[in-house]
Amino acid sequence: MPMVEVAGKSIEVDEEGYLTNLADWNQEVADYLAKEEKVDMTDAHWEVVNFLREYYDEYQIAPAVRVLTKAIAKKLGADKGNNKYLYELFPYGPAKQACKIAGLPKPTGCI
Amino acid sequence: MLHIVNKSATERTALDSALRLATKGSAVLLIEDAVYAATKGSTAAAKIQSAMADLQIYALGPDLEARGVAGRVLDGVKIVDYGGFVDLVTEHNACQSWL
Amino acid sequence: MSDMMDDMEGGEGVVKKFMFVNRKAPHGTIYALEALEVVLISAAFDQDVSLVFADDGVYQLIKGVNTKGIEVKDFSKTYRALEGYDIEKLYVDKDSMEARGLTEDDLIVDVTVLDSAAMAALMADQDVVISC
Repeated sequence: MPMVEVAGKSIEVDEEGYLTNLADWNQEVADYLAKEEKVDMTDAHWEVVNFLREYYDEYQIAPAVRVLTKAIAKKLGADKGNNKYLYELFPYGPAKQACKIAGLPKPTGCI
Repeated sequence: MLHIVNKSATERTALDSALRLATKGSAVLLIEDAVYAATKGSTAAAKIQSAMADLQIYALGPDLEARGVAGRVLDGVKIVDYGGFVDLVTEHNACQSWL
Repeated sequence: MSDMMDDMEGGEGVVKKFMFVNRKAPHGTIYALEALEVVLISAAFDQDVSLVFADDGVYQLIKGVNTKGIEVKDFSKTYRALEGYDIEKLYVDKDSMEARGLTEDDLIVDVTVLDSAAMAALMADQDVVISC
């Protein structure tokens, strides 16, 4: 498994760059992963990343994009729970990028 | 002898065979899916209950908890942790795993 | 699996009745977790999906799980995500549930409990049945 170096600590990732161990995640790791994805983290980005971590904590899976969009609409409002908003924040896909930055595995049901 | 059973008693016959062939005074340790047999209300519970007259019945705590049945264990069944599992193995001259 | 995907993709707009029959306890084997992942993926195909929990499969839905000791993922929580995936047809076989000393209140999600006759009719009504 590939390793990455963050703040002097070695962290294991898979071949696509997702964290192998959820517990390795912290804000510094998230910043590192965001940089790798060329995403500048704003409060709006953090809101989605934190939402994903809460979702994972509650259900033990990373949601499919469709499910994420719906769940965000329900919790944060329709102006955020839509594809346009989420793809503006994460141009290469909220599932791929936001989940990675949140330290989650690749979404189940993502095909 | 320590008999170790890891198969669900409502799916396989491993527990039946172990209880039938375990001699008086032996110990039976239920692990993994076998722990359901030691829970109240299960159709397998009666087998464990009658076996307790002649046998010491143990169940592995972490497996009970992982299956959400730690609060349903039959009276008389002794719950052990991994350390207790090791103790049982060392206390007995031999182990038989009913795979 | 690939047959199932062919069935699911077959024909634009055709909705078939898919049933997943879960008959294994959750952690002793990988069946329950694998089936759950297939179900989550199946949600992408917008089919009419039903889940059945029978025999030891009823144990998959039990409340109050703590998997820390055995160091595996507690995927009982994931059944609660199914609603968000629009998978809302969950059926439990009454005889199986009762034979394990369980009631509906012991389960982590809302289910419909069916007696043998109703379960048999539901199974007979499916286009595709996947047993796991």
